[in-house]
Amino acid sequence: MSAPLLQVRDLCVEYDTPAGPAKAVDHVSFDLHAGEFLAVVGESGCGKSTMLFSIAQLLTYPASTVGGEVLFDGRDLAALSAEELRQVRWRDLSVVMQSAMNALNPTLSIGAQLADACRAHTDWDETKIAQRSAEVLSMVSIDPTHLSSFPFQLSGGMRQRAMIAMALLLEPKLVIMDEPTSALDVVAQRSLMRQVENLRRELGFAVLFVTHDMSVVSHFSDRLAVMYAGQVVELGATRDVFDRPRHPYAHGLLEAFPSLVGESRPLMGIPGNPPSLVTPPLGCRFAERCAHATEQCRTEAPTLDVVDGHAVRCHLVSKGVLS
Amino acid sequence: MTEPILRVSHLSRYFRVGGFRSKGILHATDDVSFDVAPGEIVALVGESGSGKSTIARVLAGLYPPTSGTITFEGAVLGKKSSRKVRGHMPMVFQDPFGSINPVLRVGHSLFRSLTLHRPEFDRDARQAEAVALVEKVGLLPGAEVLRRYPHELSGGQRQRLGFAQALASKPSLILADEPVSMLDVSIRIGLLNVMKQLRDDEGVSLLYITHDLASARYVADRMIVLYAGRIVEEGRTNDVIASPQHPYTRLLMATAPDPRLPLAADTDVEDLGEPPKVINPAPGCRFAPRCPVAMDVCRTTTPTPVTLSTGQRVACFAVTAS
Repeated sequence: MSAPLLQVRDLCVEYDTPAGPAKAVDHVSFDLHAGEFLAVVGESGCGKSTMLFSIAQLLTYPASTVGGEVLFDGRDLAALSAEELRQVRWRDLSVVMQSAMNALNPTLSIGAQLADACRAHTDWDETKIAQRSAEVLSMVSIDPTHLSSFPFQLSGGMRQRAMIAMALLLEPKLVIMDEPTSALDVVAQRSLMRQVENLRRELGFAVLFVTHDMSVVSHFSDRLAVMYAGQVVELGATRDVFDRPRHPYAHGLLEAFPSLVGESRPLMGIPGNPPSLVTPPLGCRFAERCAHATEQCRTEAPTLDVVDGHAVRCHLVSKGVLS
Repeated sequence: MTEPILRVSHLSRYFRVGGFRSKGILHATDDVSFDVAPGEIVALVGESGSGKSTIARVLAGLYPPTSGTITFEGAVLGKKSSRKVRGHMPMVFQDPFGSINPVLRVGHSLFRSLTLHRPEFDRDARQAEAVALVEKVGLLPGAEVLRRYPHELSGGQRQRLGFAQALASKPSLILADEPVSMLDVSIRIGLLNVMKQLRDDEGVSLLYITHDLASARYVADRMIVLYAGRIVEEGRTNDVIASPQHPYTRLLMATAPDPRLPLAADTDVEDLGEPPKVINPAPGCRFAPRCPVAMDVCRTTTPTPVTLSTGQRVACFAVTAS
């Protein structure tokens, strides 16, 4: 097997707060292979968006990457100069931001914004730019006549698709997506996800997709990472995580979804709230909300152990008490 | 059959849009009729722009209706709703962070509400009632919670407080406008359970406004599906979920993300349409441009809801024809 496209090793990000540094991302490691779709799910404040920003080298004060490395195509992104980063961005990896509908410039037409990116990153002439812009818009099922439309003339779903078209402009190897569907209605959400999936099959780029709603990615991602309080608590094949979640938190999250199929039965959710990241608990970060927590869970931090190709951060799962 | 607690008949609310010379009239809700029975949870389901929040706001008296009548507890509501009506039909809002005054203690709003709506209570009785209210919605220990400030509560706790505030005036119907959409998934279900428990223990009716079919299925006894300001389908929740009749309800069901469903790509609906903006609409079914089974009549005549043998009411020519 070839080397992974993206290797994240022991990534740590801290926020400077008046109460001391908050460990928003704590020793996160994973690999992403070329053409693979990895989804990262977690609740608000679990560090998932911070982690994306750190990978794309977009963090600004008060957040800073304090440890670990991000190897993209064998190069450590953190070690690159601003100019080198500028060359990697968009051409090799592009980012689709959360609420992409507001990330478009309201005073420029869609075509002008696409051309802007082309001029900054390529030496294409105007005909080539116009041709490629029309091409990427058609790829996301937007009629190229909309090149002269302004963002306010497009619906929410179309703006979101235009953002994805923009990200695909230079055929990147990796597209990072930060909750691109969260502002959309379910019907538009579904068609956007299908479109991303079809484009990925066709063009072969890898996707790193962050969302708080794991049901959105349930049918699309290859692997799924569940984050809790800054740490990856479970990482495995998506279907496997959904069918047999090991970590009590992942299990609880899945149990918290009302379903449209099957018997209607009372659900419980997860009691309590995530811990403070400034003074995280000594042991497992989920111990306080966990129904199975033991003395060891409260005093000793569990490690991310791999059992049958499925990584879980839980003492009880590692010891085989829970499965 | 018992008298409905709320009867909405032919309710419409239009808004003028565009500049002041503009003749654009947005039909936010159009000719909507439904009942809510005592002790029942009714879900109003629709996408953004379907008019579900407009209905709640008209019911709460925030906008007057353009036409139509609202009968609540046997009396027709006038242009302005009285304090008594507002007390009996309070609203819980979507944003738990924007709907609570941050500089006043949690207890303050509850005491205010109790003073206004329950004048029979003296000071001690108010305190006791406030503690009982917050404990009813699962905020423990009650006396301690009342002394806290809103920033000390999490989003889920604040929404619970919203329900406690609504309960303070001894309501018969609570309007809950997307109460869980801004909460994390692990907390949502707890709040939905609070809603069920209020129905079962307090006998309160709820109008649950949501875009999430699965959560509507979880709490609601009946379900009303809205599209572009009109009711397209209405019925008992189990019937609607088990056999959705209107093509729009079917589309919603097919696109709702559900990790428990196996992915069947071939049954998936390909749909890139979007709900229309209903400005100066012509007659006809509003779903017709996206509808896979649309006929000529759908584009020229507005379908009226027809009650099927299953008890579902559906506004669709294709369904009534077959």
